[in-house]
Amino acid sequence: MDAPVKHTPLHACHLAANARMVDFAGWDMPVNYGSQIDEHHAVRRDAGMFDVSHMLALDLTGTGAKEFLRGLLANDVARLKTPGKALYSCMLTEAGGVIDDLIVYRFADDDWRIVVNAGTADKDVAWMRARIAATGANVSLTARRDLAMIAVQGPNAIAKASAAMPELSAAGEAPSPFSAIRHGDTLIARTGYTGEDGLEITIPAKEAASLWNALLASGVHPCGLGARDTLRLEAGMNLYGQDMDETVSPLDAGLAWTVDLRDEARAFVGRPALEVPTSAPRAVLGLILEDKGVLRAHMPVFSRLGEGETTSGSFSPTLERSIAFARLPAEIEAGELVEVDVRGRRLRARTVKLPFVRNGKILVEPTA
Amino acid sequence: MSAIPTDLKYTASHEWIRVESDGTLTVGITDHAQEALGDIVFVELPEAGRTLGSGDACAVVESVKAASDIYAPVAGTVTESNQSVADSPESINADAYSAWLFRLRPDSADLSDLLDATGYEASIANS
Repeated sequence: MDAPVKHTPLHACHLAANARMVDFAGWDMPVNYGSQIDEHHAVRRDAGMFDVSHMLALDLTGTGAKEFLRGLLANDVARLKTPGKALYSCMLTEAGGVIDDLIVYRFADDDWRIVVNAGTADKDVAWMRARIAATGANVSLTARRDLAMIAVQGPNAIAKASAAMPELSAAGEAPSPFSAIRHGDTLIARTGYTGEDGLEITIPAKEAASLWNALLASGVHPCGLGARDTLRLEAGMNLYGQDMDETVSPLDAGLAWTVDLRDEARAFVGRPALEVPTSAPRAVLGLILEDKGVLRAHMPVFSRLGEGETTSGSFSPTLERSIAFARLPAEIEAGELVEVDVRGRRLRARTVKLPFVRNGKILVEPTA
Repeated sequence: MSAIPTDLKYTASHEWIRVESDGTLTVGITDHAQEALGDIVFVELPEAGRTLGSGDACAVVESVKAASDIYAPVAGTVTESNQSVADSPESINADAYSAWLFRLRPDSADLSDLLDATGYEASIANS
């Protein structure tokens, strides 16, 4: 029998707002409240908020924590010097496939916060615990299901969140980009998954509904997973399970920038496999559909150098046409024409460098 | 959700059908269907003259979220498709029962396999 569907601490708020709910990785989550295109524009132009409490926060503490993370993750946490600084990284299998992508925050060398995806949370924790046992690292890993997380995103997100959160206005200023400030169990991070400025706020679960309502009162629009997906797609950000998984190397998923090979002595899991690639290199480019239609995930793409495939695709509310990520032979460049098999029809698309949109601005050339 | 019009016929796959005075059938998708799909951004319609078997996939309605096939409610020949819906797919979200997709001349006048409003309501409740 299937496990019962899980509810975040904000579930009642979503139902009260008449959200359309879907099962997402075992969680009953809002996909949209009204028009998902309006929710998308609210984040690009003003401020929107997302319940991201289905993601799992983990605390990693202990004298061995820093060295443990340097062996666990493909990106190097030694880059993090200042307290509260965040790093995006993949966690890899021995074969170099992506177990999950995550954010790690450093408070001190023996005090870290890790945030992982909902759908992979159990697998991630099992992997980390096995690795702790195997290495004998002096660390303690604690899953924090007692916390809730709200992402507030958009050009007006920080101003509106400050009005709703005394802790934030009291701090005088927001944390700097890709950093967090912590007061007890409240963590305010200047991070996100939309390509806009904003915050990801972690709070005790029992305070979640009152913060959500305070943000509503200060004019932040509730947004569902539907808008979250089109925003991250425009922003060129990967979605685990769609753009990469355990069968894909981060080097073939457009994530080479997150694999840090500079310290030759750092033996992280998956490193030997990444250093001896077994297949032809692939690159990830954006596609803009020139013909009418909608690109979706896992459609065949035909380039002058052979076949590739889309990994994510949808309609871009900002560009007002369909866009996708495509994994293609590495020599394919931005500005080329390719064809995509869209439900049996060959449609024309143009390759572009990612991202499509950042901070409210279109970064790719418009299609005639 | 708005009430299900009683003057139309329906399929369990969420098409509505209006029987016109000349015997042709006008086909669209129900309000329930547009609400489930969300913002509609692309519609692909059958060309006039195309012959369809009952249940043939003959049109596509795509929202930001997903693509959805539209099925011929009965066998027949397409007489017309609605270009204004192809140009403004969001009109389906605005009023699903006026934003028709195509018209069909049925091979047979027997429409007994189609649902009435009560039958369609029951089919939604059971899905």
